[in-house]
Amino acid sequence: MAIWLEALIALLIVVSGVFILVGSLGLLKLPTLMMRLHAPTKATTLGVGGALLASMGFFWAVEGTISVHELLVTAFLFLTAPVTAHFIAKAHLHLERKRDGGERERLPQTGTGSGWSTYDPAPQTGGEEGDSAPGEG
Amino acid sequence: MIEYALIFGFVAVSLALVMNLWRLLQGPSVVDRVLAVDTMVINTIALIILQGMYQGTTLYFEAALLLAMFGFISTVAFCRFLLRGNVIE
Repeated sequence: MAIWLEALIALLIVVSGVFILVGSLGLLKLPTLMMRLHAPTKATTLGVGGALLASMGFFWAVEGTISVHELLVTAFLFLTAPVTAHFIAKAHLHLERKRDGGERERLPQTGTGSGWSTYDPAPQTGGEEGDSAPGEG
Repeated sequence: MIEYALIFGFVAVSLALVMNLWRLLQGPSVVDRVLAVDTMVINTIALIILQGMYQGTTLYFEAALLLAMFGFISTVAFCRFLLRGNVIE
């Protein structure tokens, strides 16, 4: 195996290990759940992507064939990570809403007239002004 | 060189798994635990990939793919159960 290819694969493995470690450290140390959600969904997914790239390069160097399994796993992980994060955030917000008393996580203001779409109904679009919401209909 | 990098990767991912386990046991809310389990599944996929490189076999990729799919499905089912009270209405 060429030395530069070996160095590249080793670098990818080390970087992906560091990213996975940082993601789990964030999951452990950050104070609130909405912050904790950031670390695994971005850093850990990137780390796994790096490990899969390293594996692809490794088996290309060893066996001389490009395997597509890693690309499948990478595509699946990169597609499902945002969906998972969205579901977890939504479940968290609804459970926070349902629970009364105790310390609640305060959401920042939206900056518009209406509130967050998880809690409040869609903004009233009356008459001609409804063109700014293209998703309706 | 790849040997040492793989050993570093094993150590890093194992430490990350221990941290996730800590969050899973400690987690103040149920959603924290769901998030910890989801992260543990992703870390296990990375561990399987590293082990496949360590042994030089491509046998483990199907396991990684299956684990990715089951992790996603289980997380979505958990969150839906928390939101709705049941999984399939």
